[in-house]
Amino acid sequence: MVSLAAKDDIASILALVKDPEIPVLSVADLGIIRRIETGEDGHLTVVITPTYSGCPATEVIEADIANMLKLHGITDFTIRTEISPAWTTDWITTEGRRKLEEYGIAPPASKGKAALLGHEEVICPQCKSRNTELVSEFGSTACKAQYKCRDCLEPFDYFKCV
Amino acid sequence: MTDQKMHFDYLLRLGDNSLILGQRLAEWCGHAPMLEEDLALTNIGLDLLGQARMLLAYAGEVEGKGRDEDRLAFHRDTMAWRNLLLLEQPNGDFAHTMARQLFFDAFQYQQFAGLCSSSDERLAGIAAKSLKEITYHRRHSTDWVIRLGDGTEESHERMQRAVDSLWGYVPEMFDMDAVDDAMVAAGIGVDVAALRGEWDRYIDEVFAEATLSRPEDSWSVRGSREGKHSEHLGYLLAEMQFLPRAYPDAKW
Ligand SMILES: [Zn+2]
Repeated sequence: MVSLAAKDDIASILALVKDPEIPVLSVADLGIIRRIETGEDGHLTVVITPTYSGCPATEVIEADIANMLKLHGITDFTIRTEISPAWTTDWITTEGRRKLEEYGIAPPASKGKAALLGHEEVICPQCKSRNTELVSEFGSTACKAQYKCRDCLEPFDYFKCV
Repeated sequence: MTDQKMHFDYLLRLGDNSLILGQRLAEWCGHAPMLEEDLALTNIGLDLLGQARMLLAYAGEVEGKGRDEDRLAFHRDTMAWRNLLLLEQPNGDFAHTMARQLFFDAFQYQQFAGLCSSSDERLAGIAAKSLKEITYHRRHSTDWVIRLGDGTEESHERMQRAVDSLWGYVPEMFDMDAVDDAMVAAGIGVDVAALRGEWDRYIDEVFAEATLSRPEDSWSVRGSREGKHSEHLGYLLAEMQFLPRAYPDAKW
């Protein structure tokens, strides 16, 4: 049985599930948990959304969420995937952005700011220089682009803005 | 043809386009001219595979005969495929791959932008999700065609040759048949014939910047909507479908 009051508990359980490709981020930080619904009968529904349509991590994440819930004694649940509205990097939490940067991945520019500047301002996660250069719009995973810093010369990943 | 069958066919065409091009791009894995491109081509291929999965899964549901995305991908023979002929053409050199990609990216960008306002909400959702990725794809192929066309003498010559050799596959993208007409009438599909003007403007701009000449419209081939394919598709399917056909119960 899941009572309404337990929604916060569910959220904190889900916060323990890490992204398989960027293990410092929880699935909650990434903004891919859209809703937690608890029915009258106590049935729990977790609605998630994929980051990229071909992201191979999506199925792993679903399995990880299921395992984490079972580990906490919750067995009466459904995990549903919804693609609309499409995931945007603006859903990554402030906490998530901070963790990304600490991990060495430049967080995505916010859409509003990128539009204002006419381009995405990418800051080097190592030395914080704004003097950076795009190497390739495609990186080691679907969500990342490759950049390099013209000041400290370090190459780094940028979580690209979608 | 019933409405349901036409709806199925329409989704199949969209899904097959993404799957076959995605499969072609995957062939570059480990063979691209540089590491960044190896990653880029396989990433784009993965995006296309993701689109294909959503579209084919949906097509299977609309058909209502119990075929899921895997059944549709791995257990159909050449004649049952509905992808554009352009997309099954072999990779050739890097210039060929980029010409094929640019032609399709520019087309798919417009087509999916239109599908975002489809009356079929599920299709509109898939289109909106995919369009974000296609925007990156189109920028990537555009950059390369310009860079190679406006590059060295050899890169220019090879880029021009690639564009010339694939030009005859372009008209098929903008064909309309009974299924397309019915889908447009139902508010589900996009009138692709009406997209040609904008496509030409985009491509002409790229050609101008790339110092490439627009090929003459001297030949064209079509037939994919009736399952008539070039000889290349059979080889592609043989590789893609081998495992699930040889070991029908295989699981990851
Ligand atoms: Zn730096």
